[in-house]
Formats: sequence, C-alpha cells, structure tokens
Amino acid sequence: MLCQSCGKNNASVHVTQIVNGEKTEVYLCEACAREKGEIIDFPWEGKFPLHQFFSGFMGLVPHGGGGTAKKAASSGLQCSACGLTHAQFGQIGRFGCSRCYEAFGEALIPLFRRLHGNPKHMGKIPARAGADVKIKKEIERLRQELQKKIAEEAFEEAAQIRDEIRRLESGGRRLGGGSFEQR
Amino acid sequence: MSSDNHEKHEEKQTFSGKSSLEEIVRQNKELEEQEEERRKELYSRWMEGTGPDAEFVISTRVRLARNICNFPFPSLASDEQLEKIFGMVERTFREHQDKLPGFRFLNIHALPPVYRQVLVEKHLISPLLTKETYARALAVAEDEVVSFMVNEEDHFRIQCILPGLQLEQAWLTASRYDDLLESQVDYAFHEELGFLTACPTNVGTGLRVSVMLHLPALVITRRINHILAAVNQVSLAVRGLYGEGTEMTGNLFQISNQITLGQSEEEIWQNLYGVTRQLINQEKKAREQLLNEGREKLEDRAGRAFGILLHARLLTSQEAMQLLSDVRLGVDLGLIKKIPTRVLNELLVVTRPGCLQYLKGRPLNAYERDLERAVQIQKILQDYK
Repeated sequence: MLCQSCGKNNASVHVTQIVNGEKTEVYLCEACAREKGEIIDFPWEGKFPLHQFFSGFMGLVPHGGGGTAKKAASSGLQCSACGLTHAQFGQIGRFGCSRCYEAFGEALIPLFRRLHGNPKHMGKIPARAGADVKIKKEIERLRQELQKKIAEEAFEEAAQIRDEIRRLESGGRRLGGGSFEQR
Repeated sequence: MSSDNHEKHEEKQTFSGKSSLEEIVRQNKELEEQEEERRKELYSRWMEGTGPDAEFVISTRVRLARNICNFPFPSLASDEQLEKIFGMVERTFREHQDKLPGFRFLNIHALPPVYRQVLVEKHLISPLLTKETYARALAVAEDEVVSFMVNEEDHFRIQCILPGLQLEQAWLTASRYDDLLESQVDYAFHEELGFLTACPTNVGTGLRVSVMLHLPALVITRRINHILAAVNQVSLAVRGLYGEGTEMTGNLFQISNQITLGQSEEEIWQNLYGVTRQLINQEKKAREQLLNEGREKLEDRAGRAFGILLHARLLTSQEAMQLLSDVRLGVDLGLIKKIPTRVLNELLVVTRPGCLQYLKGRPLNAYERDLERAVQIQKILQDYK
C-alpha cells in the first residue's frame, strides 16, 4: 500500500486515532509519519515511541490537565539502590534494578493494571527465590522483634534474635545473594 | 623496491603457468566447500518443517525474562557488574557440562558483526545484542532449540524454539532450564509481582510465547486485516518475521501474548493456542475456497513463483519472501512438485542479508546481495525442478 500522504513511498506506519469516539485510520510512509510527529526517535531505543506511551499511561505527561496531581505525588520517589527516580522511569519506560519495584510501590499499580489487567502474579513460583520470599518476611518480623527487645533492654533475647537473623541472612551466599551491588 | 618487483614478477609467472590454473580450480573448490559447510551451520532444528500443524505454523517460541537480585539491570549496570554476571554464567556452563551437553558459550563482543547479524536472523539473539555487545553472551544448545541470552535487556533471557505448533512442549522445556538456572543464581522475585524485569511489560511470569504463522490464503482473500484486528482484541500482538517494528512479509505473522502478569503460564500459552487453532481453521477454509474458485489460478501462481525463483538473476528480500510464500502454498496444496518444508524454511533464513554475507565470507552491498540471493535460491531449489 502506498503512503496516503505523499503517495510515493510504501506505507509502513499505520496510525489509528480515536477522537471523541470517531475512529480514523491512516497509512503513512516512515518519512511522512516522522514529519507529522507520529514517530519520535529516541537515541537509546528503536523507532517505537514506547516511552511516550508509558509517560501517557502514568499521567506523567500532562495531557489536558488530568495528570498533574498524580505527577506531584509520585515525582519525589527515588530508588535508593540504583538511584533511578520515578520521573526518569516515566521517561525511559525501564526500571533500573529490581528494587525500583519496591521503591515506586503503589505508584506502579495503575500502570500494571493498564498493561496487564490483574496486577497480581499468578504464575510459577521459583523453588529458591520463592523460599527466599518467606525467609525475607521472617527476617523482617525478627528485626521488628529485635528493636522491641532492645527498647525493652532485654539484651540476652535481643542477641539470640540477632543470631537468628544472621543465620537466615547467610543462607544464600551466591551471586545476587547478600547486599546490593554498588557501582 | 627490488624485492617487490621480484615478487610481482614471480606472481605473474605462477598465474600464467599451467599449475596455477589447477591452483585456482582448487581454491574455488575450497571456497565452495567452505560455503557448503557454512550453509549447514545456518541450520537450526526449528527449520525442520515437522511438528503438529507444520503446514501453517513454522515455529513456536517461548522466552522467559529473568534477573539476578541485587544487581542493577544491564542498561544501568557498570562494566564490572556486567563482567561479573558474564563470568558467572561462563563458569556455570563450563562446570555443568553434564547437565548442559553440547552448549556453546559465545562472547558476543568477540564475534564478527556479520555473525551477530546471522544470530539475529536465526532468532537466537535480539537486535539489541548486536549494538550492546560488551560482556554480552549467548549460550546455545547444539540443535539451537534452547538458548540463553546474557545481559540483554534483562540479565537472562531463556528461549526455546521448536518446529510446528508445540506451545506446551516449548514452555515445559524452557521452564526446566529456568529451574536449572535458578539453582545457580538468586532470582529477583517478588511474591505479589512475580519475576521482576527491566520492562514493566514483562513483569510477572516474564513469559512471552509466540507462533510464526504462514497465512497466505487469508491474505489473498483479504480477510487477514479483520482477523488480525480480532486477535488484537484478545490481548495478543501481531508482528512481522523479526518481531517488533518489522514488516510483515512473505505472509508470515508472529502472534504473541502481551499480558505477562496476573495469568498463569498455562493460561497464557493456552490462550495463544486457542487463537492459533482458530487462525489455522480460518486459513484452511480460505484455502478450500481458493481451490474451489479456481484451482488453476493457484497452480499458476505457484508455478510462476517457482519459475522466477529458479531463473531470476536479481531478487530483493521482499520479492523472494513473497515468491517463497506462493511456492509454499502450492506445495502445501499439492499443486506443484513436493519441496520439503525444511528446504523452504532454510531458504527463509539463508536469503537474509547477514546470512548471505556470512556464506560468501565478505561484506556485500544491496545489489550484490540481490545477486547472491538469487544464486543461493537457485542452488538450493535446483534439486526440486
């Protein structure tokens, strides 16, 4: 099919616009699509404006005014492990590390809902990493317990809990185990 | 200077002598043998042309995105961090050869660019790995059914690619290698969100299942657009032969899941399976309709395509793909002489730009590639005249 704008080149971009429920479809060649702003090149990605979609999804790009409140609430978020901010994530559409998921927390739920529908994992649970989830929870609980014992000045019991935490933490000494790899 | 002249003089002599003619013949033969050897190398098991519904489904692919916890994802990782992961995987493959027999471990950075392109064309690495090469690796089984990309967008991408429609088999195989990998590294896994990935479109199962379909009759009868629109409605993506952003040529369509979170792996592949079955049924109906409307028209189409493929001197990639599709349809319907599906699948890969240059052992410009494409097709189809 030929481009509907210049009528010369082969159409390779299919643009569907829905404005007030009216659907229009146009087939364009790459050059015309770029001229009309349907394709935006990012230096770190191909020609697919994926990041823009994400920005739109997350309400980070104010279109018509709706997203500004959300923007203010989430823009302060930053991942303490890799340093990526929620705003940067909105621009590049990629997380910096697995800790970003925790750091951005609730702010990600609307995105997951739009992308996937149900934002809860229903699939495979890996044998070891799945077990780790349980251990991590236990460590968390013990840490709180430890704080309590220290506050109560029950040092003997606190030491026991500390040893238990250490034992659980030393469970995995493989690559990826332990603390976050700093650059 | 004088020794230079001397050498030139000698060279002239050998070229004019009788023994040099033999030498040239011998060299040519060597080059051809080398080319033949390389052509064999280009073969992967998914091209076999067997498996359920191989008439419609060229291949089934499953990939799992996995990451190590406590490491930044490759795009933000430092060279040292990438090296650490690279080194760990290399070691693992060396130490566990009993569980991973016949696996090759390839350092992408050390490969010539043309070979990287070949790996893309064989669906073993993504285009991203031809650009970002440092501390990137591909570990691939001998039959190339199972492979691991290391330090792509995620730390690991596990892939299983099989001929025909074999979604369950491909998922189970990939999952087994997933377990094996998990016994060696600590995965980034979240109990609510599942496997954590660099892109939010992969989080959860990290699973992408896809089938490569040949649907010529739906294209000829102009039903394809309607049908693909319906496929989009059930959260499946339709792409060309080489994934995102590639053109749909040769009547080949890649259908894959978009949702990775909130559904189990079984639900995901079964959903794709159901839709694929329907597409196959529609394609069958369209083929019957075309046969009823004018068998001779299809015979003519396939015969002409075969003739052009056998005799053309210049073939663009686009034209070759279309002609190969016409021939494939003719063969599937028993309208022209049988060419093994395996041969047609191999041709899909051999005629790609990277593969052509790899076969010849030198860079080729677009014009030279069109020439070489025609030569290769002729060579391979010669036996089926």
